[in-house]
Formats: sequence, C-alpha cells, structure tokens
Amino acid sequence: MACFLAPVTEAVIVTAVEKKMEGKADVNAVSESEGGIVKIPLSRKLKWLNRMLWGGAFLLAFEHVWHGEVTAWFPFLTAMSNAEDTAEMLKEIGTNGVCMAALITAVWAGICRVADSIINRKTDEETEGANA
Amino acid sequence: MTLLITTYAAVIATVIWYRRKDDSMKLGILCFMYWGAALMWLVDALFEYFELGAEYFTPSAQDMLNDSFLGLAVVALGLIVWVVRLLITDPKGSVRRALKNQEQ
Repeated sequence: MACFLAPVTEAVIVTAVEKKMEGKADVNAVSESEGGIVKIPLSRKLKWLNRMLWGGAFLLAFEHVWHGEVTAWFPFLTAMSNAEDTAEMLKEIGTNGVCMAALITAVWAGICRVADSIINRKTDEETEGANA
Repeated sequence: MTLLITTYAAVIATVIWYRRKDDSMKLGILCFMYWGAALMWLVDALFEYFELGAEYFTPSAQDMLNDSFLGLAVVALGLIVWVVRLLITDPKGSVRRALKNQEQ
C-alpha cells in the first residue's frame, strides 16, 4: 500500500548524515591507519546505502503507481480515503516497510565488511614480495 | 515475476559493472538501484508467501503477465533514470562536445 515510505524515511535520514559527513572529508579518499589497514570513509559507504534506499524505493513507488495505490492528487495514497484502509496501510508500513529498510541496511553492512576486507587483501605480487 | 526480472537485471548490471574498463558509465548507480528494488520485493514476496503458503508459487496466468509487464517496466524505468543521470553529469564530456560542435 505504501511500504516504500519506511525506506524513504531512512533514505532521508541517511542523506542528511551523508551530506554532513561529506563536508568533513573527501568522499572517495581511502585512508591508511597506523597498522597499515586501509579504510574506506564512512561517507562513501553511506553513499552506497543511499543509492540502494532511494533507487529501490523509487522503483517500488512506481509499482504502487502501477497498481493505482499512489495518485497524483491529495491525499496521494488511495489507502488514506478511509480509516480502515489507513490502519491497514500503517500496519504494512510498520511490517513490510520496516523489514525492507532493515534488510537493505543489513545487506549494506555486509557489503561494507566485505569491501573493507577486499581493499586490504594482498595481491599475489605483494605476497610474493613479502616472502622474498 | 517482478522480483525475478529485477533480480536478473541486478545480476546483469553487476556483471557489466565488474567487467568495466573505467567508471565513466557510472554503472554503480544502476546496480545499487536494481539490488535495492530486488531486496525490497524479496521482503514483499516473503510476506506474501507466509500469507498464502504454497499457493504463492502458482499464480494465475493473468497475474504473471501483469507482473512480467511491471517487471519489464521497472527495468526500463531504472535504465531511463541511469541514462538521464549519465547525460546530465556527462562524465566523458560527450554531451558538451556535441553541443559545442553544433555551435560552430
């Protein structure tokens, strides 16, 4: 009915945080800590989450337009026309929508973890060089 | 069908992104957009499965056709968003060059 509103809410918050962090550091710069561990900046990682949230929510919103659940006129959601449908819509946002946002965030956390390990992975040449 | 078509689109976009020579085509956006949508539809599908049970896997022909159309429309919309963004950001300067050539 309007489950995409939960990921949109998260996307708005993440965008605000990302914009705040963007001003502090270079988004694409990878920093190296004392132990030689390369780190991808959080603002760059947040960009990935943002793209998944906004992109996914946009395509999901299109699905709702396709099914006639979103309209171009007030109140924009057909479920808002009566109290019963509104209650069902809120329940769907609270269940489906929140689960969607949680799954995207969990997958993003996994991507960040894997990306951090990949960027610190030694290439064959580096391993050979260390052994020589 | 919408979930399946979007997932295929996400996988294909990711494979093309992996094989890219440079980042000028900005394929990452397309990948994230399709994966985001696919994950959201996966949640929708799981909720529907818990509600309907095995019946979920035997949709009517009309539902399948409608969902297929929707899936293809979603893929097309994603591609449109990506190509419009590519033309506006113009990372290779192709649009700028074309406009400059027309001026002369």
